[in-house]
Amino acid sequence: MAGADLPGKAGGEGGPGASRTAGAAANADGGGGGGDGAGRVATVEARGRVAPDGRSARRYAVRHVFARIGVYALAVVAALFCATPFLWSVITAFKLNRDLVDTENNPFVYNLPPTADHVLYLFTDTSFTRFVLNTLWVGALVVAITLALALPAAYSLARLDRPWAGWMGVTIFFVYLVPPSLLFLSLSRLVVELGLQDSTWSLVLVYPTITVPVSVWLLMGFLKAIPRDIEEQAMVDGYSRVGAFLRAVAPLAFPGIVAVVVFAFTLTASEFIYALAFVSPTAQKVISTGVPTELVRGDVFFWQSLQAATVIVAVPIAFVFNLFLDRFIAGFTMGAVKS
Amino acid sequence: MANPTGKAAAVEVRNLVKEYDGGRVRAVDGVSLRSEEGEYLVLLGPSGCGKTTLLRTIAGLEQPTGGEVLIGGNVVNGLPPRARKIAMVFQSYALYPHKTVEANIVFPLKAEGMKRARRAERARWAAELLGIGGLLDRKPRQLSGGERQRVALARALVRQPLVFLLDEPLSNLDAKLRATARDELKRFQQEVGTTTVYVTHDQTEAMGLGDRIAVLDKGRLRQVGRPMDVYDDPADTFVATFIGSPPMNLVPRDGRLVGFRPEHLLPAEVVPAADRVGVRLAVDRLEYLSGDRHVYGTASGIGEPTRVIARLPATVLTPIEAGRTYGFAVRGEKLRFFDAASGERAEPERIESPS
Amino acid sequence: MSAASGSHRAGRRTLADRDGFLAWVFLLPSVVYIVALVAVPFGLAIALAFSDVTVGDPSYDWVGWQNFERNLGDPVFWRALGNTFLFTGVSMLLIVVFGKVLANILVADFRGKWLVRFLVLLPWTTPVALSTIAWLWLLDSIYSPIDWTLRRLGLIDANLNWLGEPTLEMVSVIAVHVWRLTPLAAVIVMAGLVAIPRDLDEAARVDGAGFWRRMFEITVPLTLPVIAVAALFGAILTFTDMTVVYVLTRGGATHSSEVLASWAYVRGIGGGDVGQGASIALFLFPILLAAAIAILRSVRRMEVL
Repeated sequence: MAGADLPGKAGGEGGPGASRTAGAAANADGGGGGGDGAGRVATVEARGRVAPDGRSARRYAVRHVFARIGVYALAVVAALFCATPFLWSVITAFKLNRDLVDTENNPFVYNLPPTADHVLYLFTDTSFTRFVLNTLWVGALVVAITLALALPAAYSLARLDRPWAGWMGVTIFFVYLVPPSLLFLSLSRLVVELGLQDSTWSLVLVYPTITVPVSVWLLMGFLKAIPRDIEEQAMVDGYSRVGAFLRAVAPLAFPGIVAVVVFAFTLTASEFIYALAFVSPTAQKVISTGVPTELVRGDVFFWQSLQAATVIVAVPIAFVFNLFLDRFIAGFTMGAVKS
Repeated sequence: MANPTGKAAAVEVRNLVKEYDGGRVRAVDGVSLRSEEGEYLVLLGPSGCGKTTLLRTIAGLEQPTGGEVLIGGNVVNGLPPRARKIAMVFQSYALYPHKTVEANIVFPLKAEGMKRARRAERARWAAELLGIGGLLDRKPRQLSGGERQRVALARALVRQPLVFLLDEPLSNLDAKLRATARDELKRFQQEVGTTTVYVTHDQTEAMGLGDRIAVLDKGRLRQVGRPMDVYDDPADTFVATFIGSPPMNLVPRDGRLVGFRPEHLLPAEVVPAADRVGVRLAVDRLEYLSGDRHVYGTASGIGEPTRVIARLPATVLTPIEAGRTYGFAVRGEKLRFFDAASGERAEPERIESPS
Repeated sequence: MSAASGSHRAGRRTLADRDGFLAWVFLLPSVVYIVALVAVPFGLAIALAFSDVTVGDPSYDWVGWQNFERNLGDPVFWRALGNTFLFTGVSMLLIVVFGKVLANILVADFRGKWLVRFLVLLPWTTPVALSTIAWLWLLDSIYSPIDWTLRRLGLIDANLNWLGEPTLEMVSVIAVHVWRLTPLAAVIVMAGLVAIPRDLDEAARVDGAGFWRRMFEITVPLTLPVIAVAALFGAILTFTDMTVVYVLTRGGATHSSEVLASWAYVRGIGGGDVGQGASIALFLFPILLAAAIAILRSVRRMEVL
């Protein structure tokens, strides 16, 4: 119909995924060099162009099985490559000290009964909950500021057809590349001038420099994917440009907006340099600086609690991010497509 | 019910010019055109001829580079779309996918700040008029193509506009549905009596729907007239060949072009002798289409030998075979003459039959 | 009845209808914000690099090129500069290769894909300070499970000192960077992969092209712009990052794994010599600028795609 499909669809998994399965498979079955010719036979047969005789059909079936095994093997290797440190963190978090600090003990199993003490310690004896709350608080405010700034800017660049929209969009994107390591010294001076040092407000003020540029870029992509007809229809239907934006465009861009919220929050939660440079009192710290400083006392590392904190923080963020991964990918691509 | 909205206004454009890219592209190049009140005016032309730009300029979605747009006798240049009292149906129908059919229909009324109860009443009225009263709770994606068109029309109707602007509303429908939808559109307009400007590249739609047709090419207006006039008396070779399927045959002769419609090129014996202009037709191919015979061949004797098409209705029984030459003829009064250089219509002349 | 009589309540053209006006109003807050908190601090950073400002003495005095001269005469600075390039170059290469492979796996269809994607995303979505601490323990000089495994396999006799021996320090830092940024590169490359029209791939299959041929004649050329973007992201994020080095080695006992960003932090905040810290950080800029221009070019090419 109206081409009014939601933007999320573009990144759906159904599409190219299926057609690439066999590709990853050929990769896996190790026949690197010979992959070409044999692959051709298999492909043609699979498409039913050539009536397969029994022998080649059987060969194709075997090939197919190997291909599937290959895909799964690769997937498992990839997952292990990325997640092993976290799996090991989970094991470590429940270990007794005596179990942990014995070089002869197998580090991957419980040589002594597991204990939840160190995990509980995190909540009862440290400011971990405080850090989490600070992170959420800073994150929520930063996300709100980011949307308030980036959504109108993205609409302006994506839809209002100004001649300068192109290079302005690229310029804003480049700001994302100016790193905290270049700015933190002068920004910490600025924060001091404003009297915001040692307060979470300093982070609320500064973090949008990281989130706004990339959010503008992503939102431009989502907005471009919404058919122009829709807002023109709203304007013909009696709304002003602003009215059409608020009532017809913004609701349709909602999935994209959610993806941007998740992305901005992830960036905020991960930031380290500004948090380290601007805020020192424990009560004002966020997770990324609070956990390392609070649970490392000089040379004494509270290993189990540190590992527990890492996992507790990592899992929910990755979980939510994964929910929106397809939309995020779609937005990244669409931002690059000329309208 | 002649005109339930109670009003109809003429639409007029004067010397309208629309340029893009700082004047490098002229999408609309000095068009002046006026519709009567309550008229069904079709803008017809190939893609890129500027017809959609013209429509969007009338709607206020584009600002003209030069010239004026008038609705109901008032200049509306500079007014935003919402202030023009127009309704537009887009090619895609542009239904709001997140709203129900009812919410779609009342959306323009909300903009006017109409009370909720009154809105619902008007939405029901519009929905009943289009026979979609049972669909009000559906979402657009649950509707068929024809139903979507009706929802779009109901949404256009509900605010009782002075003018309907329709931008190729049938092009998203499959061929079967298109015929019925076209019929519905025509009946709908006759019922409500609102001035309608309809854009299409499909001459069948244009001929079937329009009270008058305005033919555009390269941003310029080529001809305006009733379907019959545009078909029978094309103003130039562009209109002659753009309208009609197969198009008008054009045969070069002494710096001019002699034009005649395929259905007027008939075996000599079925053309009245008094007004007969003979043509020798070397036939090389035949097609049978819906009972008609389309005869492809090279015509000589009326001008330079030229490839032409003859369309013989089922009532003409003369046996024709490929590879042979036959005596065909055209009635003299059906011949149209054009200047070969400019393509403009030229004075008729008398052509003596060679045999 | 007239359309232009203004009888309609929204009859007049208001500011909310003027695209040119709206375009600026919508954009201005972002621009003002970015100028105030990125452009101005950037200018300030340049000014600080030419000053003797310290934490103890914040008054501004112009000292010319003195800070830069001190840097150039400082072996630690040269060490950091060299390390920065080494880390960036090696990491970028590995990130792109692994990212591409990972992206191909992630767009394939298989059961449990959701779980695999979740696990793969973990390194990138976890706050870098925390994930680096997990590595700190994995690479511990005494209790490292990696060493334990290697010992059990009989590959080594004594523990490797992952974070204490200069060469291994570098290996460790690079490994953590690669591990952390590969998922981001994979996501970017995935964006390029899903943007390839499916017909192209299918047409090539019907034409009899095998996996490798399709990979190198269709997939890679068409995704080259995004692969370039992924490479530059990887490079810039490695180039400017100090967290991994700071948490893992604090630059190393002999500054053996010091990088420009961490050295700037150590001098500027830790040592309190703001002027010198700024002058060190400023060395990042010309290289970033070059990278930015490279990104601009590949983005241009991507738009042509």
